Amino acid sequence: MPDPSQYTDRPWMDSDAEPFIKVQSVSKQFGSFTAVDNVDLDIYKGELFSLLGGSGCGKTTLLRMLAGFETPSSGNIFIDGVNMNDVPPYERPVNMMFQSYALFPHMTVENNVAYGLKREGFGKIEIKQRVDDMLAMVELTQFSKRKPHQLSGGQKQRVALARALVKSPKVLLLDEPLAALDKRLREQTQFELMNIQEQLGVTFVVVTHDQEEAMTLSTRIAVMDTGRFMQIGTPTEIYEFPESRLVANFIGNANMFQGRIIENGPDHVVVQSKQPECEIYIDHGLEIQEGHKVWVALRPEKIKISKQAPDEARANQVKGVVHDIAYLGKISIYRVKIDDDTLIEVTSPNLSRPKDGNLAIDWEDEVYLSWEASSSVVLSK
Amino acid sequence: MTLQGISRSLQRNWKSVVVFIPFFWLLIFFLAPFFIVFKISLSEATIASPPFLPMINWVDEGVMHIKLVFDNFAYLWEDDLYVKTYISSLKISSISTLICLLIGYPMAYAIVRSSQTRKNILLMLVILPFWTSFLLRVYAWMGLLADQGTINNLLIAIGLIDEPIRLLYSHFAVYVGIVYTYLPFMILPLYANMEKLDWTLLEAAEDLGARPATTFLTVTVPMTLPGIIAGSLLVFIPATGEYVIPDLLGGGNVLMIGRILYNEFNANVDWPVASAVAIALLLVLVLPMMLYQHVQGKETESK
Amino acid sequence: MNNGKKSRFLFTVTCFGLAFLYIPMLMLIVYSFNYSKLVPVWGGFSTRWYGVLFESEEVWRAVTLSLKIATVNACFATILGTLAGLALVRFGQFKGRTLFSGMITAPLVMPEVITGLSLLLLFITLKEFIGWPDKRGFTTITIAHITFSMAYVAVIIQSRLAGMAQDLEEAAQDLGAKPFRVLTDITLPLIAPGMLAGWLLSFTLSLDDLIIASFVSGPGAVTLPMLIYSRVRLGLRPDINALATIIILVVAIGVLLAAWIMLRQQKQRQLELQMSGED
Repeated sequence: MPDPSQYTDRPWMDSDAEPFIKVQSVSKQFGSFTAVDNVDLDIYKGELFSLLGGSGCGKTTLLRMLAGFETPSSGNIFIDGVNMNDVPPYERPVNMMFQSYALFPHMTVENNVAYGLKREGFGKIEIKQRVDDMLAMVELTQFSKRKPHQLSGGQKQRVALARALVKSPKVLLLDEPLAALDKRLREQTQFELMNIQEQLGVTFVVVTHDQEEAMTLSTRIAVMDTGRFMQIGTPTEIYEFPESRLVANFIGNANMFQGRIIENGPDHVVVQSKQPECEIYIDHGLEIQEGHKVWVALRPEKIKISKQAPDEARANQVKGVVHDIAYLGKISIYRVKIDDDTLIEVTSPNLSRPKDGNLAIDWEDEVYLSWEASSSVVLSK
Repeated sequence: MTLQGISRSLQRNWKSVVVFIPFFWLLIFFLAPFFIVFKISLSEATIASPPFLPMINWVDEGVMHIKLVFDNFAYLWEDDLYVKTYISSLKISSISTLICLLIGYPMAYAIVRSSQTRKNILLMLVILPFWTSFLLRVYAWMGLLADQGTINNLLIAIGLIDEPIRLLYSHFAVYVGIVYTYLPFMILPLYANMEKLDWTLLEAAEDLGARPATTFLTVTVPMTLPGIIAGSLLVFIPATGEYVIPDLLGGGNVLMIGRILYNEFNANVDWPVASAVAIALLLVLVLPMMLYQHVQGKETESK
Repeated sequence: MNNGKKSRFLFTVTCFGLAFLYIPMLMLIVYSFNYSKLVPVWGGFSTRWYGVLFESEEVWRAVTLSLKIATVNACFATILGTLAGLALVRFGQFKGRTLFSGMITAPLVMPEVITGLSLLLLFITLKEFIGWPDKRGFTTITIAHITFSMAYVAVIIQSRLAGMAQDLEEAAQDLGAKPFRVLTDITLPLIAPGMLAGWLLSFTLSLDDLIIASFVSGPGAVTLPMLIYSRVRLGLRPDINALATIIILVVAIGVLLAAWIMLRQQKQRQLELQMSGED
């Protein structure tokens, strides 16, 4: 008997948990163009869920269907057990933070935040109280009488957040919430968002094209492309165990080798790669028969680069010549030429300062690359 | 229905109401009149009130007798005067449009390229006449062009001429009047178009070795073409049907179709012929009008 | 052509163009203060023609009628044009949309003689069948003016709405506002400047119209342009110069005032923007 409490942080692992948002074979066509193509998705209460993908991948359309601005061409969307297909946006228990913030330019900050409460018919005193609390939370109390055009970008973003949260929605939808902010402010705001989400326990669904943002914020990420989900999982799962070349490349960088399985044990597989010519030993089992062609992904930071030949282990090592170096300060990126057609990218932390301006590993140096059995992953799709 | 019921159904159907009201208005007061004009253009004139014979007669028990008369159109075609007038109208409005373009294009260009404050002032100076009475601006030229008018007086005073020359009541006066009143209509669409242009394209062309004249012909003109078309049509279409300018400045010497229509209707009281003139004018202008709608439609979409 | 030559050319054309636009109006004003009855012959400074103008009951009647028509026209045209603009930009596809949008833009380029003639024939036909309008005058002129003014308003509203992001309306819906509420809370306040511009334009267009009014007017109803026209057809008249001067001054003051207000708002906005950047 599994202890149900072990899943409180990871409700998607619990087969008994009821999803809070249920997207059921939903498609959306605009004319002949299919924006969202028959997707299924469960999002659980209290999650901070990210829809990640490039422009035109369908993530915004999906978000707009959750908000009710678009109706699915087919399929159903349930929020808290209620089918939303015929519920107009103004009656849904969700609120949205727009990419442009969409603050009403003719209303003060205070009135912007109060707008949703007024529509619900709360009393004046209660509205005032809740607006004040919310403005205090986002630290905008002294700006309450200002109009949106008198605010800076970061302040506008916080008004938009306050306005969307003040109605205590069951779900908050955020469309590229940080895209309009500069880099420094974006990092700071990421943590603020997470704090607020934890504090209020509201389910967040975030649309973003920024993989770093998705990695930092989310409990789970859905990577989207051409209207479909490529993979859904926690940030670690997506990064460490990408299922496809597209996901491996979209989240971070990866070296990709094609090879044939020559050995398949219960706890390991060995892949023979042609380019580069080497054997790759991987410490996870697979349900694929020997002899099959597969792709193997290897993250640049998981490769050790060294001028000395490693110990005699036969697998998981290749020899090459440094083709390019990018010195980024805390790390360096090396491109190592293995043969005429193969370049392997390696990132390595700069643990010590280069002596007399000479790099420890220089252009045209002959180097050995090696990695652990747990470093590479076979792409299953 | 109770008041509450009305308000509830209004809440539900307000979108249809929003569309319906202006739609209905235009159907009755814009579209329907054209059918009536068309109908009357196919009727026979008579001395009565209204001065035309109905084309549908009820002969004996419910036998309908429809009489269509194409005589009015045949009359237009056979009478030299009408054909000449159409051609003269088109000639006058085309030449005026060209002159407006030649003056308006550099002006719009100069306004767009000047500094922000100067731009606002210049733009206001162009718009201001647009808000003042059209009729009075035409009247102003009567004072300038008359035999005893300002220009003649000035020319005599400096000794260039001994006797007043005929300026008013001539083709020249009509051209001046049309260019004068319609110039802002040329400048404003051109300005709106040029303002949105990416001027670095011109620098790119120069950087790639195009001489100024080549840059102008191969980059500036094609990019401002929508503005040129919109402005030209805004001058050409109303100028073709112009009445006041040929009447006040052209006198009896300048034939324009707007005047013929007005006179046919008011002085001759020949409604069927007037209607036929209107329909023929509409046929002449329908292509430029559709072109204008097309250009405008594209402009709004690109926003 | 080098840059200096080019800008000198542009400058010359602009000056020439502006002179061309303004000298005739200037002469109109100068001669309104001419004592002589013969307009272009200077007979000394005088304001006697203003006196003649103000004493004429005919002029007052025409001014009153024109202002009345212009006001009613502007109000109706603004309402109808706004509705039409909303329908065209915000309602997506509906039955008859192409016809509707065609009918909205056509009056902008329709020659006035055609519009005037067709409306008159409509009014006559209507009278024959339903007995209305009984008498042509104020009502018929106003209806005719509304029909073409609303087209101008619709164009202004359309461009204003097209430039306004739909986000704001969606945000209001998202916060619980029903569509009608969105219209009154968000859309209308935001297009209000466009509606004001449309009102002013309709008002001016109506005051300016001669042709359509002469077609659809009946006995006894003489608008100001009709009065001016009937007088100037026969030649130059100093009292008309005086009237023109007054009209030009009123318009100039109005436009300058509007420009000044707009400029001040712009500056205010810039100031506030700088302020917010400093926090």
